[in-house]
Amino acid sequence: MTSRNRGITRRRGLLLGAAVAAASLSVSATASATEELNALVWCDHTDPALIAPFEEANDVRVNLKEYEGTGSALAIVEQSQPGDWDVFVIDGVDVPRVVEAGLLAELPADQLPLADTFEQVKMTDVTHVDGKMYAIMEKFGYNVISYDKSKVDPADMRDLTMLWSDKYKGRIAVYDYYIPLMDLVALKMGMKPSDITADKLPAMKEELFKLKDNAAMVGEVVSSTTALATGEADILLGGGEWAVAVMQAENPDLDWVLPDQGGILWAQSLAVFKDSKKKDLAVKFVQYIMSPEGQARLATSSCFWGMPANKKAGAVLTAEQKTALRWDEQEGFLAKSYRYFIPDADLDAAMLDVWSEFLQH
Amino acid sequence: MRTDTPRQWSERARAWGLLLPALLWTAAFFLAPLVIMGLYSLWRRSGARLVTDFSLNNYQAFFAKGFLVESLVNSIEVTLIVTLVSVLLAYPLATILAERVPPRWQRLALVLAILPFWTSYVVRSYSWLLVLSEGGILSNFLLDLGLTAEPVSFANNRGATVVGFVHFFVMLLTLTIYANLKQLSPSYRKAAADLGAGPLRTFWHVTLPLTLPGIMVGAFLTFVLCIGDYITPQILGGNKELLLPQAIMLQIARRSDFPMASALAMILMAVVSLVYLACARWLKIDRV
Repeated sequence: MTSRNRGITRRRGLLLGAAVAAASLSVSATASATEELNALVWCDHTDPALIAPFEEANDVRVNLKEYEGTGSALAIVEQSQPGDWDVFVIDGVDVPRVVEAGLLAELPADQLPLADTFEQVKMTDVTHVDGKMYAIMEKFGYNVISYDKSKVDPADMRDLTMLWSDKYKGRIAVYDYYIPLMDLVALKMGMKPSDITADKLPAMKEELFKLKDNAAMVGEVVSSTTALATGEADILLGGGEWAVAVMQAENPDLDWVLPDQGGILWAQSLAVFKDSKKKDLAVKFVQYIMSPEGQARLATSSCFWGMPANKKAGAVLTAEQKTALRWDEQEGFLAKSYRYFIPDADLDAAMLDVWSEFLQH
Repeated sequence: MRTDTPRQWSERARAWGLLLPALLWTAAFFLAPLVIMGLYSLWRRSGARLVTDFSLNNYQAFFAKGFLVESLVNSIEVTLIVTLVSVLLAYPLATILAERVPPRWQRLALVLAILPFWTSYVVRSYSWLLVLSEGGILSNFLLDLGLTAEPVSFANNRGATVVGFVHFFVMLLTLTIYANLKQLSPSYRKAAADLGAGPLRTFWHVTLPLTLPGIMVGAFLTFVLCIGDYITPQILGGNKELLLPQAIMLQIARRSDFPMASALAMILMAVVSLVYLACARWLKIDRV
């Protein structure tokens, strides 16, 4: 080996050593945290830009377990020991059944910024039981229409019925979640989502079958947004800011709109487990996420974007971020939006059957 | 009355001692979960509660709902297609590896053959989505060759699901058939040639029957892994049709209906067991 090579090797060795030392320090800083907090979360909470400030400020390590679907989360909880989990990020519509299952602790309403939350997003009928607060809405958005404006007429996207016409046949991706999508079908049929009853399901099934005939694919979050990104589809029914905002930097033609018939409002909430052994720290975490800074970071998470529930986050978000979120149109959008319809158990099962038939069609 | 000598007793105790870890493993990670799943399948979900009254309601619901029966039929069809195509592709590949590639390169060739196993299954499926989708590699290739005037999509259908599966299972089958071919003494084929059989006749009457166990073992593994797979059809199939694992996941992820999902899983398991029994009976696989 020549001296030049040895020099390079030595330098590389030193650099490697320095890198290892830096990595060790970084790891030891987290590893040496005095406390740990275990959180069951959606992927937007796994962004280090969101979690690291809380960890550093509180000398705590937050262990994040990402899940998809409340059913999967409940299975994880069921297989865990009481006290294993501290914080729970959960779909807003599922809060009542989790409260009913006795999993959540009461939150200190006076220590959380409920007054700063968008009025339509507070949803205290869902988060409060018998006057006690069990969850707080942290982020929201819409299941509406995302599209590539270089390939479709944006004016058409304001009319839900266009997706049932031949004009966009084979160019539509459909988000695979039966509740918001059947709610959108109800809007297309001139009903409110809450008008869905068992006797309306045959007519809704016909509408779904027509939609399937026009669809290029039906897929979960990644597949359906990939279809839009790769050009496999030009329209994503059920999409919204969450589907395209994070991709707009690379493809500014991706956009979203709330159609004239209305849209479906989704909201995710934050709760603390009843059996948590670190309730104070868990509440502190909730307070951080609900702070304007935490809200802005959560809204623009690298996994997916969405509107912050706390209006005061507007002072922290940049103008570009607010444009992508259509911040200035929120009042109008919220006025035309309907919350996820929460069917009773029998209707829920019947709706899933209709959705399964739609997938099989 | 026969009594065991201390030596026989000691040997028997040693045999049980050696068997015990495997028995415990099987009991803990196969029998116990199976029993629990069987119990769940006889219960039902009511609202957020699990009702532990025994009934066959979930099984009746399966047969009463056409789309669920259809999802089982779809699963069996897709699995048979995947198994057949994989065997047809894997056999020549295994033959080339075992008989044409020089022995010193065979190990490297095998490593290259199993490389796809080293990548994440999910990543591999999404990679296929990027290859097969409109504007993907295949579509652009055909456009460049002038074979199509417009971008074409090959994704989001049963064909894409089959491609994703075959990519994985060809390698699995290649390994089992390769192992079988390597164990095959060349004397059989030499003897057939001495007796006047041509290459085709030798293959049909000597090589193929002797490598059938390798094919069947690989095909059975392919069948089992394929029919229970959720990822590939979910990513590549575009929900153009519903397969049974997808129907199971719908019950779990969307409704937390574990009893119904368990009943569907038990039905899937019954199909796999029937296929195993058929294979075992036809091939006398226990003696292979």
